[in-house]
Amino acid sequence: MATKLLASALRQTLNKKTTSSSLHRCLSTAAALTTAPPSQNDEAMTIKGLKISARPLYLDMQATSPVDPRVLDAMLPYYLARYGNPHSRTHLYGWESDQAVETARSQIADLIGASPKEIVFTSGATESNNISVKGVMKFYKEKKRHVVTTQTEHKCVLDSCRHLQQEGFEVTYLPVGNDGIVDLEKLRGSIRPDTGLVSVMAVNNEIGVIQPMEEIGKICREFNVPFHTDAAQALGKIPVDVDRWNVSLMSLSGHKIYGPKGVGALYMRRRPRIRVEAQMNGGGQERGIRSGTVPTPLVVGMGAACELAKKEMGYDEERIRGLQERLLNGVRAKLDGVVVNGSVERRYAGNLNLSFAYVEGESLLMGLKDVAVSSGSACTSASLEPSYVLRALGVDEDMAHTSIRFGIGRFTTEEEIDRAVELTVQQVDKLREMSPLYEMVKEGIDIKQIQWSQH
Amino acid sequence: MLRQLASKRLITQRIQILPRFYHEKVIDHFNNPRNVGSFDKNDPAVGTGLVGAPACGDVMKLQIKVDDTTGEIVDARFKTFGCGSAIASSSVATEWVKGKQMEEVMTIKNTEIAKHLSLPPVKLHCSMLAEDAIKAAVKDYKTKRAKSNVDSEAEPAVKAAQA
Repeated sequence: MATKLLASALRQTLNKKTTSSSLHRCLSTAAALTTAPPSQNDEAMTIKGLKISARPLYLDMQATSPVDPRVLDAMLPYYLARYGNPHSRTHLYGWESDQAVETARSQIADLIGASPKEIVFTSGATESNNISVKGVMKFYKEKKRHVVTTQTEHKCVLDSCRHLQQEGFEVTYLPVGNDGIVDLEKLRGSIRPDTGLVSVMAVNNEIGVIQPMEEIGKICREFNVPFHTDAAQALGKIPVDVDRWNVSLMSLSGHKIYGPKGVGALYMRRRPRIRVEAQMNGGGQERGIRSGTVPTPLVVGMGAACELAKKEMGYDEERIRGLQERLLNGVRAKLDGVVVNGSVERRYAGNLNLSFAYVEGESLLMGLKDVAVSSGSACTSASLEPSYVLRALGVDEDMAHTSIRFGIGRFTTEEEIDRAVELTVQQVDKLREMSPLYEMVKEGIDIKQIQWSQH
Repeated sequence: MLRQLASKRLITQRIQILPRFYHEKVIDHFNNPRNVGSFDKNDPAVGTGLVGAPACGDVMKLQIKVDDTTGEIVDARFKTFGCGSAIASSSVATEWVKGKQMEEVMTIKNTEIAKHLSLPPVKLHCSMLAEDAIKAAVKDYKTKRAKSNVDSEAEPAVKAAQA
């Protein structure tokens, strides 16, 4: 087995002369699948009770993405040699770290059309969302008592809103249409004189739909209400411009854009100035908004990831769109009853949320052990409830149980997509063969007319 | 090469840390389900139990074929829409009812199925569904039989009246 591996590894390095392509090859999980013989049971790994012959294909880019090697290259010196605290003012170590942090700040600002002074580093988009929702409302609590958000927001925004409700604030959770897009008239109607914040995410993490940010921004300007957006899934994937969107606050994340985990940023508008109550107290770093030492290597990584994203967004977008079409067409060519959840037109191409009618999502995930996909967001995939996002879309409960999210990214290859299509079709066919619902539909029975006994 | 070795080590390391999510028996029944399929539900020797609801994410159809004279379940089939544990529970249920008397299978408890498959608490409803499916199938067979008995007794009476 070891010699086989050695031979295949050698073959790979011999065949690939340029470093860039071999790098690409290493990052692609398809290579791992093809080089390891799946029939060798003694080599198979058992994890969570499942036998896995090699590392599965990774198609869960909404949960997190691998670090781009170029990003890691930028980060490493700040772990090994330039390890100073960026807040140290008395020696070179501090100065060079500080300089690196400021460079990263401008790289991030550059990608979203902001000024570097408007960027605050945090531990991730969850923290940024917490600062935005709770921090703004608590700062303006004397006059503003109301928040407008949507039912399909990320858990951390919804949970922050719940927290505010417990403290006596009022929250309007706007419904969304069948396509997952918020109704602008309903949004306009829900704004009150005491509304202190409108929070709508740019790209949904589960279904990938893109909200009409510019239009929402215009409405917020009209009523002079601060607009916050969770752009963790949008950054580096769709063009983001804080002025065109008229956002006052924007949450950003490092690990969704091939940067490191554990770092994020918050955009805070300076003109007109938006103010927040700090959620983390301490040494007063990041202008007192987020105390705690800024992690230089992580921040440098996020900056490098943003610079790369700016350069390669067009190329990535085109490639990912092609792969998404390949995946969807491949599945649709062999299976009926495949539904795309959320708007098809207004969506980020790297997110394909599909429902396979008459097949339960969890059993499909269990069958698809060689493909790393999820049935929704990583935060809620442990619960048995169908996704609250899909329910907000008005997806039938039985269909909401059948969804799988395929996340395509920069390092996804055509081979991976083809293999994923093959395995998905195989599993869906197997499970439909086992499904009493599919059998009834084939017999011409309308499932919706049956009186089911609810458990 | 190094990368592959590293990744292999990564997997082996993680096995020790993470608890088992699915028991081996669940995986076995999921990958090789026993007795998948359907009988003709109009056959008088067949009892069909259909339990659960699509909205809850579990629907189980369990069918038994009964020997009319001995009351023994000679064969069983299932089809299940649901998670791996639900599929495994129904697969186990079909195995257990085969060759048994109808009265005997009525005593199969969900706890026995759950114990056999080492189901975690969140999956206990799968085994309850399997128990319900067995009972529903037996009940369906019995009502069918009672009806056909009534019919066969009623028919000559009608004929006699007409004559």
